[in-house]
Amino acid sequence: MDILTEISERLQQGDDERVSELTAKAVEQKVSPKRILDEGLIGGMNVIGEKYKAHEIFLPQVLLAAKAMYAGMDVLRPLFVKEGMPNIGKVVIGSVQGDLHDIGKNLVGIMLKGAGFEVIDLGNDVAPERFIRTAEREGANVIGMSALLTTTMPVMKRTVELLKGEGLAGKIGIIIGGAPVSEEFAQQIGADAYGYDSTNAVESVKRLVRAKT
Amino acid sequence: MREILEIAADEARPDQDSVLETQGIPPGAELSKEVKGLLERASDLFLESSRPGAVVADASIPEFEVVYKGKGLNEADTPLDVIFRKADGLALFAVTVGQEVTEKIDRLFKTNDFALGAMLDSVASAGTDRAADIVEKQYSDLLSEQGKTFRSKGVLRFSPGYCGWHMSGQEKLFEFLRPEDIGITLLESYLMKPLKSISGVLVAGDKEIFLFDDSYPFCSECRSRSCRRRIKTLLGESRSDERKGAV
Repeated sequence: MDILTEISERLQQGDDERVSELTAKAVEQKVSPKRILDEGLIGGMNVIGEKYKAHEIFLPQVLLAAKAMYAGMDVLRPLFVKEGMPNIGKVVIGSVQGDLHDIGKNLVGIMLKGAGFEVIDLGNDVAPERFIRTAEREGANVIGMSALLTTTMPVMKRTVELLKGEGLAGKIGIIIGGAPVSEEFAQQIGADAYGYDSTNAVESVKRLVRAKT
Repeated sequence: MREILEIAADEARPDQDSVLETQGIPPGAELSKEVKGLLERASDLFLESSRPGAVVADASIPEFEVVYKGKGLNEADTPLDVIFRKADGLALFAVTVGQEVTEKIDRLFKTNDFALGAMLDSVASAGTDRAADIVEKQYSDLLSEQGKTFRSKGVLRFSPGYCGWHMSGQEKLFEFLRPEDIGITLLESYLMKPLKSISGVLVAGDKEIFLFDDSYPFCSECRSRSCRRRIKTLLGESRSDERKGAV
């Protein structure tokens, strides 16, 4: 079996130790790190994403695969020191100011990284200014905000308004998610997209990145 | 009456289905060896790192009216506003499984152990609910001992942030209940710390007073609709006091 296929398959099984070993072996065999990343690791995560979307597997299996992907990325990271890890876009994520729930946001971050995005995770309790300053400084394509409390949803609106007020809405997209948030709310506050779960969020971010670049 | 209750971690350990439900896994689904292993490990970690506790304090209807009114931000028309006025007994409560379990979840995510971290989060959430169920049951038993409940009566809990009761109601609830004594504090956003905590009011009364249609405007935004299941349980349609399949 081709080593990249083997990496992809072991990743799908959530075998992080084997993925780490195989990634190192592929590097030794002079396979390009970019190919290992795209065809082995991201390729495996894409299969996992599709299976999850089709309800063939459940969240724990997705997260085990993600751990295996991170194990492979740890091997590749030193090889991309000069130019940084290749990515298909940059996303700043966080739970909004006043909100300390971050499991949902973490899952979205994991899935975004699995799809090949660079993710800057600001954690929780993030103020609108911090989202925007970070996205601007890092040249991010998208800001992803999460809220689990109805009381913290207005922070999302303030962030959208601030982004528009600073004339950055054309460059940086905004996606929102979280239990009390809906498609209607996203439209109402002028956000570009709403992600109802982690896989849907990844698809929306891909669309947004295409639209904003 | 104001009482601090200790709950054993094993008692708060939730059943498998309620944990898997929060992971999006339907009841009866075939679980892989890996998922079963995660569930067992998360359950063990919950037993090690949770410190369940609760505080309960009786409130009269006029006292609760002040708590419920809070900052005046509730929806104009809510089921609780009707129900509590018909209650035979009311008690404010707060329950937590402690801070250590949340810290453990954070550490697991930081070390890329996402699947175990997410599973422990689900066990801890379901465990907090289970601890609240225990408090509800103890309150019911207490009223029963006092001869205040019989078969046609029941106890149901409501929390700020749900069913039209605004989150800001937490402020008055905390003033009255003082859950700081069991380590629960209120943040500016009305969120509780530890995160895995539940607060609210226990309402005791005739089972009929709890019946309401889920057609309030805010019901359409509610994803859990757990009121339906809890009312059904209260009415005895699916009640079982026996513990089934604890993880």
